[in-house]
Amino acid sequence: MKNRKIVLLALLLCVIAVALLYAKVTQLGLPLTPDARSSVWTVEARASFESQGRVKATLTLPDRPPGFDILDEDFVVRDFGLAEDVVDGQRVALFSARQARGPQALYYRVSLNPRSAPHRDADQFPGYPPVPDYPELYAPAIETLLSSVRTRSADIASFTRQLILELRYNSRDPAVSLLRDEATTPFARAQQMVYILAGARIPARVVMGLELKHGVMNGALTPWLEVHNEQQWLFFNPTTGDLGRPLNLLVWQNHPGRLLTLEGARDSDVRFAIRRTESRTVELARELNQPLAQVSLLGLPLHVQTTYTVLLMVPFGALLVVFLRNIVGVRTFGTFMPVLIALAFRETELLWGCALFTIVVIVGLGLRFWLERLKLLLVPRLAAVLIMVILLMLLISIGSHRLGFERGLSIALFPMVILAMTIERMSIVWEEHGGKDATIQGLGSLLVAVMAFLVMQSPHLQHLVSLFPEVLLMLLALTLLLGRYTGYRLTEYWRFRSVWLSPPDTPRQP
Amino acid sequence: MSWLDKLPHRRLRAAGIIGMNARNGDYIARYNQRRLYPLVDDKLRTKTLAEAAGIAVPELYGVAQIQHDIVGLHDTLRAHNNFVIKPAHGAGGEGIIVVRGRKGGDYLRASGQPISADMLDHHVSNILSGMFSLGGLPDTAMIEYCVDFDPVFAPITHHGVPDIRTLVFRGVPVCAMVRLPTQESDGKANLHQGAVGAGVDLATGRTIGGVHHNAPVSHHPDTGTLLADFMIPHWPRLLELATRCHDLAPLGYLGVDIVMDRRLGPLMLELNARPGLSIQLANGHGIARQLERIAAMPEIPTDAIERIRLSVPDFVPANEALDRPPEPPSPWATEFFF
Repeated sequence: MKNRKIVLLALLLCVIAVALLYAKVTQLGLPLTPDARSSVWTVEARASFESQGRVKATLTLPDRPPGFDILDEDFVVRDFGLAEDVVDGQRVALFSARQARGPQALYYRVSLNPRSAPHRDADQFPGYPPVPDYPELYAPAIETLLSSVRTRSADIASFTRQLILELRYNSRDPAVSLLRDEATTPFARAQQMVYILAGARIPARVVMGLELKHGVMNGALTPWLEVHNEQQWLFFNPTTGDLGRPLNLLVWQNHPGRLLTLEGARDSDVRFAIRRTESRTVELARELNQPLAQVSLLGLPLHVQTTYTVLLMVPFGALLVVFLRNIVGVRTFGTFMPVLIALAFRETELLWGCALFTIVVIVGLGLRFWLERLKLLLVPRLAAVLIMVILLMLLISIGSHRLGFERGLSIALFPMVILAMTIERMSIVWEEHGGKDATIQGLGSLLVAVMAFLVMQSPHLQHLVSLFPEVLLMLLALTLLLGRYTGYRLTEYWRFRSVWLSPPDTPRQP
Repeated sequence: MSWLDKLPHRRLRAAGIIGMNARNGDYIARYNQRRLYPLVDDKLRTKTLAEAAGIAVPELYGVAQIQHDIVGLHDTLRAHNNFVIKPAHGAGGEGIIVVRGRKGGDYLRASGQPISADMLDHHVSNILSGMFSLGGLPDTAMIEYCVDFDPVFAPITHHGVPDIRTLVFRGVPVCAMVRLPTQESDGKANLHQGAVGAGVDLATGRTIGGVHHNAPVSHHPDTGTLLADFMIPHWPRLLELATRCHDLAPLGYLGVDIVMDRRLGPLMLELNARPGLSIQLANGHGIARQLERIAAMPEIPTDAIERIRLSVPDFVPANEALDRPPEPPSPWATEFFF
């Protein structure tokens, strides 16, 4: 019997999965549920460059960053020599190679534990800076600005805050506008602030920090402002003037200099990948020679781990689609189209995602009906729909950007080919089965996408599948079993309602 | 009857209703081999096979496979006044042109509109380029006999083409229904699009109640005529024709669509490898028990008449029935003239 074979296979898969899971929980002590208290941040800096022979690279490293304890750090350098050093008070790693050609990648990974009690061994006072010799063009503007800020502040902290706000928002004073136009990037603004603060003999510096956010794959450092009030460095947001370091901000370097300096190489780039992980897994990462620990994502580079955390959630979405289609009987366009839409929702957020999806589909459908009258062949027609979808996405992005809805920009992450296919299928269903059917299936697709998104966002499932990928074997077993489900779908109770609602004694037989 | 038996799924099971999962998993996946699908998806292949097997189909007048064939098309058409042009891989009635006569150099469509020879060529050219085929693949245009529909269903049809769908499982007819176009279905006989299905008693060929949008109906929504008690003419011939279709495409779970010609009787129009489930509602009972009974048979006779007798034990083939007195006039005649 075929069914028995499938049940046995499913059972076998489950046994393997449970055995692996049990061994990992008991042998390695991996937690089954995420524990927020024991979580640590893992940051991976990936420095890549094109080397041309003899090469020396210097990467700055975080040094006793405020608010964090460094638990562990390590490097992945294949053909490079490695040395640590301190240059101008900044910890750096020196990589060198005598013969290296072609693209190179160096990895630095650090695990950090957020510390609740702020440590404050009084920062060394750097001394009052000399008043810079401002150029004639700016000197009057800076002096006016400093004196107006001075009258409205009590101490160094309020002075700095007032200065940031004045520079950012005062639009009446032409002197301020002149200075504002001079610095357009956040980095230039922070540096300009240091320059102006020196006019009031306030020691200030630009520090580079990394915002810690789970799942970031291509993070970059952002500039922040620090001002010394003769006891300690005060941390300022150079854009908003907010005092104090955000809890998730990791100070990477205490100067605005380059993150990566190179000799004998070009096209350098440093990207950060960030994950929040269990503290247990950090310890485990050191014992990766254990065969059991190999069956997890822990050994992979951080940005690959992040990619896989997304990929490993897709089976949950697929299982949900199987359930909703074969057990419930929800009708959708394309089997796994809702899962792909749900993946896009990760970037757009749910409500925006639904709104954008609906807008694109409705407008695209309108254009597609107009296209129908041109009687095009299938492939050119699909290509035309695809082009229109991309133009539509661009229009939405431009429109929402102008209106100030930055979320509208994330529509660029929608899978446009899938959208084009959805529009095409929907218009065919509309033609052949009417607008009601098309709308029902369209709403069904959206509903399944929303549910798949909610399932795939679950932190518990994400935790489970990234530490125990064998859970997917159970999913496979369940899918195989559902594949032999030949009972009624829930919607068929409605379809065949006339049969079971009629009184049982009067069958409608001739 | 215990309260458990009143639960919906028990009631459905007791009525023998099969659902989409059971149809796909237990019947289509098990009895329909995928390699046979092209036989029924390509109407030209179906027709060629049927003609070779002596199954009555609308006669094929001509075929255009490449653009060059269009040149000789009008020579072929000269001999015929009525004909239909359709794509071999068409779906949902797309791309079909019905010609019923000529006026000068033009052809006349069924609606009475004239269509010039050039326009007709253009239409055939469109068919060949795949405009109406599923997947947009290059297609073949077929020109065939235009069925002269038997007016028997006129009182329960809203301008369109009614056909008779028979479900044949392992070569044994299981159940049948007449699919009647409505105003809503726009002349098409597809139940999805709002056509009415009227169940047919296999033994007598008499219609029983109908179904419209999954709900039982007793009258046609447009004409208001009672759906039950229509006698389908030439029923034994039709049943035999449907049953024999299993021999040309040995799909275990097969839907056969047959139209009734005034002069020629039942003609097979097309075959369907994935027939729908509404036929159960049209007949007011499920098909699970019949399917299970037939599935349990270790061997199915090769003779079509023997196979019909598995469903209709006292079936009398048409050629023997000729000696019997003519059937009484069908009751619609009186209702029609009211």
